[in-house]
Amino acid sequence: MTEYSRSNHQFAVELHGITKRFPGVIANHDIELLVRPATIHAIVGENGAGKSTLMKTLYGMHQPDEGTITVNGSLAQFKTPTDAIAAGIGMVHQHFMLADNLTITENIILGDEPVDGRGRINFKEARQRIETLMKSLGATFDPNTNVSELGVGQRQRVEILKVLYRGAKILILDEPTAVLVPQEVEELFTTLKRLVADGATVIFISHKLDEVLAYCDEITVIRQGTTVARTTPSQVNRRSLAELMVGSDLPDPSGRETKVGTEIQLQVTGLNLASDIVGAKLALEDINVAVHSGEIVGIAGVEGNGQFELCESILGLRSILSGSISVCGQELSHTETRDRINMGLSYIPFDRHREGLLLDAPLWENTFLGREENPALTNGPFISPRKIEADCRSIIERFGVLTPSEHVPAFALSGGNQQKLVVGREMASDPKILLAAHPTRGVDVGAQAAIWDELRHARDKGLGVLLISADLEELIGLSDRILVMFDGRITAQLDPATATPEMLGSFMTGEEQGAAQ
Amino acid sequence: MKFFKSLTTGQRTIALSLGFMLVLSIVRLFTNADDLTSSGTISSTLRVATPILLAGLAGVWAERVGIVNIGIEGMMIIGTWFGGYGAWKWGSWAGIGLAIIAGSLVGLLHALATVRFDVNHVVSGIAINILAAGTTEYLSIIFFKGQQGGGESQSPAGKGGYGQFDMPFLSGGRIGSWHSPDMMGWIEKKHNLLLLPDLAGFVRGLCSDIYIPTIVAIALVPITAYILWRTRFGLRVRSSGESPQAGESLGVPINRLRYQAMAISGGLAAFGGAYLSCVFTSTYRQGQTGGQGYIGLATTIFGNWTPFGVFRGAILFGFPSALKFRDEKNVPALLLVIAVILVAAAVVSLLKNKQLLATGLLMGAAVSAATYFLVDTVPQEFVAATPYIVTILVLAGAQQQLRPPAYAGIAYRAGENH
Amino acid sequence: MKNQRLQRMLVTSASSLLAVFVALCICAVILLITGKDPIQAYSTLFGAAGDIKVLQGTLNRATPLMISAAAVAIGFKMNLFNIGVEGQMRVSLLATAVAGAAIHLPAPLHVLFCLVVAMATGALWAAFAGWLKVKRGVNEVISTIMLNFVALSLVAWAFDAFFRVDSTTGSLLVKTKELPTSAWFPDIVDRRLNGMFFVAVLVLVLFYILVWKTKFGFQLRASGANPGASRVTGVNPKRMIMISMLLSGALAGLVGMRALLGDVHAYQNNLAEQQGFNGIAVALLGRNHPLGIFISALLFGYLGEASGRLQLIDIPKEITTIMTGIIVLAVVIINEAVKRWDDRRIQHKAALALEAVAVAA
Repeated sequence: MTEYSRSNHQFAVELHGITKRFPGVIANHDIELLVRPATIHAIVGENGAGKSTLMKTLYGMHQPDEGTITVNGSLAQFKTPTDAIAAGIGMVHQHFMLADNLTITENIILGDEPVDGRGRINFKEARQRIETLMKSLGATFDPNTNVSELGVGQRQRVEILKVLYRGAKILILDEPTAVLVPQEVEELFTTLKRLVADGATVIFISHKLDEVLAYCDEITVIRQGTTVARTTPSQVNRRSLAELMVGSDLPDPSGRETKVGTEIQLQVTGLNLASDIVGAKLALEDINVAVHSGEIVGIAGVEGNGQFELCESILGLRSILSGSISVCGQELSHTETRDRINMGLSYIPFDRHREGLLLDAPLWENTFLGREENPALTNGPFISPRKIEADCRSIIERFGVLTPSEHVPAFALSGGNQQKLVVGREMASDPKILLAAHPTRGVDVGAQAAIWDELRHARDKGLGVLLISADLEELIGLSDRILVMFDGRITAQLDPATATPEMLGSFMTGEEQGAAQ
Repeated sequence: MKFFKSLTTGQRTIALSLGFMLVLSIVRLFTNADDLTSSGTISSTLRVATPILLAGLAGVWAERVGIVNIGIEGMMIIGTWFGGYGAWKWGSWAGIGLAIIAGSLVGLLHALATVRFDVNHVVSGIAINILAAGTTEYLSIIFFKGQQGGGESQSPAGKGGYGQFDMPFLSGGRIGSWHSPDMMGWIEKKHNLLLLPDLAGFVRGLCSDIYIPTIVAIALVPITAYILWRTRFGLRVRSSGESPQAGESLGVPINRLRYQAMAISGGLAAFGGAYLSCVFTSTYRQGQTGGQGYIGLATTIFGNWTPFGVFRGAILFGFPSALKFRDEKNVPALLLVIAVILVAAAVVSLLKNKQLLATGLLMGAAVSAATYFLVDTVPQEFVAATPYIVTILVLAGAQQQLRPPAYAGIAYRAGENH
Repeated sequence: MKNQRLQRMLVTSASSLLAVFVALCICAVILLITGKDPIQAYSTLFGAAGDIKVLQGTLNRATPLMISAAAVAIGFKMNLFNIGVEGQMRVSLLATAVAGAAIHLPAPLHVLFCLVVAMATGALWAAFAGWLKVKRGVNEVISTIMLNFVALSLVAWAFDAFFRVDSTTGSLLVKTKELPTSAWFPDIVDRRLNGMFFVAVLVLVLFYILVWKTKFGFQLRASGANPGASRVTGVNPKRMIMISMLLSGALAGLVGMRALLGDVHAYQNNLAEQQGFNGIAVALLGRNHPLGIFISALLFGYLGEASGRLQLIDIPKEITTIMTGIIVLAVVIINEAVKRWDDRRIQHKAALALEAVAVAA
């Protein structure tokens, strides 16, 4: 098993002109990807650039609308992942698919068990095969251990073993380092180098530029759904790679007047938050943020660097280790979420389906959610459907939510209109401070413009906004100041008027760490 | 402690069992409750425990594949009826066979509702319990009413037995026409000795008055373990209850497995029911299960979703009833047994530096012991409630040690999870 | 466009009706197979509807069903499955019988006192399950099943050991000390229709107002529909679980009161048996809505009352139990299928309406 058959073909994987459309969006268009055999090939791009769609195409999880896939010189059509597996392609998903209460061996052999004639598993044979594979990987765990006892890095190793066990020679790893600590990252790449030395081909999806530059042989950059460059680490540096990734056509933030007031609406000082994982480093470390009235403070950063935890801490949904949070000068430490909302805090959540909407409930109930203490919508302890419906209609009108009426259930609306409804609800109670997490994610251009206008308008009337976004255009176009979050800390403060894509890119990827305010 | 940890699981089980035996023996000497470890009690424990064991195994098969089975009670009820009917019409073995077929069909119905139609597992289980009760009562009136020995709520007596036998030498069984000596019976009567008569009673209890269905049921424990942990089918069943996505992504046919495992689950539960109407007694009676399906569910939890754990639970839950069954006066001695065990547990937790827990355990021991000296009999109701209380305590106190299948009871639709 | 809600209700009602129809069909097949005439059976079963006594009996039987269904439904609204209504009812039955017989109060106060005791003890028993879920993470389905049996044993023991009064009339039935007449819930139609029926209707009305018309009810429904969304608005899920469990238990306490205060006037074994369990079927068929529960309770009450007549034509009345089981399965299956179809319909209609708007603009 140590000797992979060396391919005679020039490329292990060739994609030409791949286009994939989803209703209303073109996720990929005109993709060109050439991967040499026995190399580590990185595919880099921002969140939402279309990397995952591309990999799902290659793994047979859906079919492209146009274009061709060639594997080891022969044209391929994958209807299901099983076809891809048969062609020697294996995928290590970002979210592991492992059964916790089964052993490593059981997880690896599941679905392809070595059995005798009576269905009895030949564990000896399985163990031998797995141990050979483990040797080639340099893994050292006991294959009889339960997966539940493994750390994240080891689980990933098991996922790779699963793929190798099925004879894959082309491995796709979807953001494999997102969940790893630095030492584990190093171990992962040592493992991958061994595999490549044995003849395997690795396709490595990432947005962490330093890893890509340090370990990969070739790089394909993908931006806004299409491939924009194919290069090697020796031909680029971090800055130029960041620029390729982010693009250079950013909006011009000049020509707008700032209305930032002097009053501090939101003050976060010395905030520390423990991680969910016992023993890991802090999820948030010494966060200091102040948002003034009439100010939009943008938080830039690759997802998973503490933005979510920051919002939950401000809302009082997590108990913080130390530090203080105040809204309009009032300290919040010992108040519950509900009180904080009543004091003028408002929240556009990260995921409108999971945290923003009651999908089966009519729109008017959705616009009432979280506003049960609003006297304009209630009669004492009773809700007032009449008032709530009128309020809902005014939100629908003001934010241009396209809907037949306020009585349709929320699931009947398109994503953009659902988002407008959530934004409208959160702004309807005239909050003092708005936490806006990706307010225009997954929204069409028209809805995006409408939401931006509303945010600007409210800002001009004195609202303080903490804007969390992965969309640089949004951040630069709206923010009065931009803070960059990396690894649970605020690592830089930038002026949107002077910020360049390379600057943002290098701060966001942690390559540079400026002085926090 | 260190020594104990160095033992293998099997050795530990033996050591713990011997320790438990010793406790029983000491308490027996102290209280003169000779039935505590008599062969009669042991063999009656086996008979009481068998239906619970089968119901518990039904729970293991269902939950391991990812389906919560509240309908075990209903499947048992079906088993009692068809067991009674089959035994009456064609003889006792046919009764058990018919019951298993009927139970498997009910298991498949539960699978159909939960897998194909996405019905909440608990709702489907409740519906099955109602259906089973209604169907059996209806059928009884149609088939049993007016028959010789039968009635609206009772079947006529079943035909034929099961070849009940005693082991030669160990419990005086016959070889040919010759009565072998009853060696264990002889030792068992030396009541003033420590441990020896108890062990003899235990062995003799296992070897006398044996029914073949009991042996089959007990054999199903290692067989279930073997299938679940040693075969491809078993591995796939467990993966379906742990992480169906993982299985599906590797080409495992999750839905088909769920039907298969539920048929097994239903068959086992119905076997348990038939045991009640064909072996334990020889007629079907309405309400015969008396909630034993739920005790089975409790042993599934108590036994940590493993067949051997279920076996332990069934014995533990069956023991007080069997004791009660033989002579009510023996039951209070159990309070002393509990007290001694609680003291032992307190010592262990003190060694582990858990003072608070130890204090609680000691207090429990004190209460238990004090009760022994204050009462003459333990009310039947307390014996009946024990399995449920123990299960609640285990769930509340030892949840960290429990490993339920991660996906049991969660709606899963194949092909929608990419 | 307000008829959107009405349409949804119609669709829901239609699926429940369809479930009943399916159950009738399947039972007809069962009757045929076992050599009985389904037409004769159903005409006897439903022919009893003209009898005023049957109708009064129906209301009497529907009384506890309405309350226990409401107890189950309030849990369902919060995604909680309280299977423990039966056990909670049993605990409150004995406690109320004992407490009610121990004191003397003027009539209306005495009845009120009994109802309060019943609700308090029912809630207390349910609180166990709530506590186990909130503090120890124990699934409420398992804990309430186990607590049902514990309640059964505990109550049987306490009754037997402390509270039974041997009959003076030579009857074999042992009971607790009889409640003074001041604690009796009066009949509306003497010996035929008990006033608790109106309490049950009141419970449903209050249930409707609480769940659909108050701020608390809105939070309860939101919490059940999307715990994530209601969490970020500051609704504490654990507190909601505890409150709904207590409310459910309090209603469970009321379930047995028609039998206790309105009929037997003392606790005895088997009093109000199964009335807690049967609420689950009623709540499922009624889709957890008070109006649906009311109608379903009447249906099940009627089946229970009229089924006796089947025996006159030599058909086992247990066919109605089979019917109940099939209804429970059929209603969830059909409702799920119909909901999928209706969701698509609504989505399609909304899309069409929007296109029309876009074309106009």
